[in-house]
Amino acid sequence: MTTRTHETEIVSDPDVPLVRITREFDAPPDKVFRAHTDPDLVVKWLGPRDLTMTVDHYDCRTGGSYRYLHVRGDDEFGFHGCFHEVRPSELIVQTFTFEGVPDGVALEKLVFEDLGDGRTRLIATSLVDSFADRDAFVASGMETGVREGYERLDELLAK
Amino acid sequence: MSADPLSRVFSALADPTRRDIVARLTAGDATVGELAEPYDVTVQAVSKHLKVLEDAGLVSRTRDAQRRPVHLEAEVFDLMTRWIERYRRQAEERYRQLDDVLRAMPDDVEPTPPTDRPETGATP
Repeated sequence: MTTRTHETEIVSDPDVPLVRITREFDAPPDKVFRAHTDPDLVVKWLGPRDLTMTVDHYDCRTGGSYRYLHVRGDDEFGFHGCFHEVRPSELIVQTFTFEGVPDGVALEKLVFEDLGDGRTRLIATSLVDSFADRDAFVASGMETGVREGYERLDELLAK
Repeated sequence: MSADPLSRVFSALADPTRRDIVARLTAGDATVGELAEPYDVTVQAVSKHLKVLEDAGLVSRTRDAQRRPVHLEAEVFDLMTRWIERYRRQAEERYRQLDDVLRAMPDDVEPTPPTDRPETGATP
């Protein structure tokens, strides 16, 4: 574990079903932005380490769209969305859908703050349409799965 | 306030004062007065925070005696923090990969890739 001062911070809002992740980078906004808009760079970091990411298309411009796959063996997980507003080095507003749950959609807003001295703060907000979806979103990485998580919580709270 | 228990716990922990209260309760039970001490707020304000934590199942108040110490329901708290921490760690792992990408990039780049190149096809 390094002693860096800019570990990812996460906040889930009490009033609106959103998750907000804040992270600082030792690179200026132009670079951080490019790493979000250039598919050749995006594939190098957006996917989890144990999955291979392939891009179907990635047109990060206002009115553009994207689709990519995370692949592990024979398993493919598709994701797609539209770029609603793209302002170089400042802002990306996009939708995000996991194709396993095609009716679900998150509205994502990425704000690139120039901290000076070649540093950038990225504030990534994901908004969904229910608290249950938001919490499932946060819990999605758990091995136990969302339902089991809920059951365990119900058990704990029933004590 | 949303209805399901998971949301109540998430919401309860979204507030920095309440997170701090919970963090202090991990060291042991404490009275409302003791919990209010380090903050520039009234005992009433801390009581309100405790009510939210209690409704979420995160803390309980013992009925015995005058002190009525506040007790952290550690199992509920652990479950929630594990969920949130796991999600945070995934984001952190992703962003460390981004750190590497940024280090490998030339200093003088345009914020967006050239637009005249052909549609990016499936990767190699």
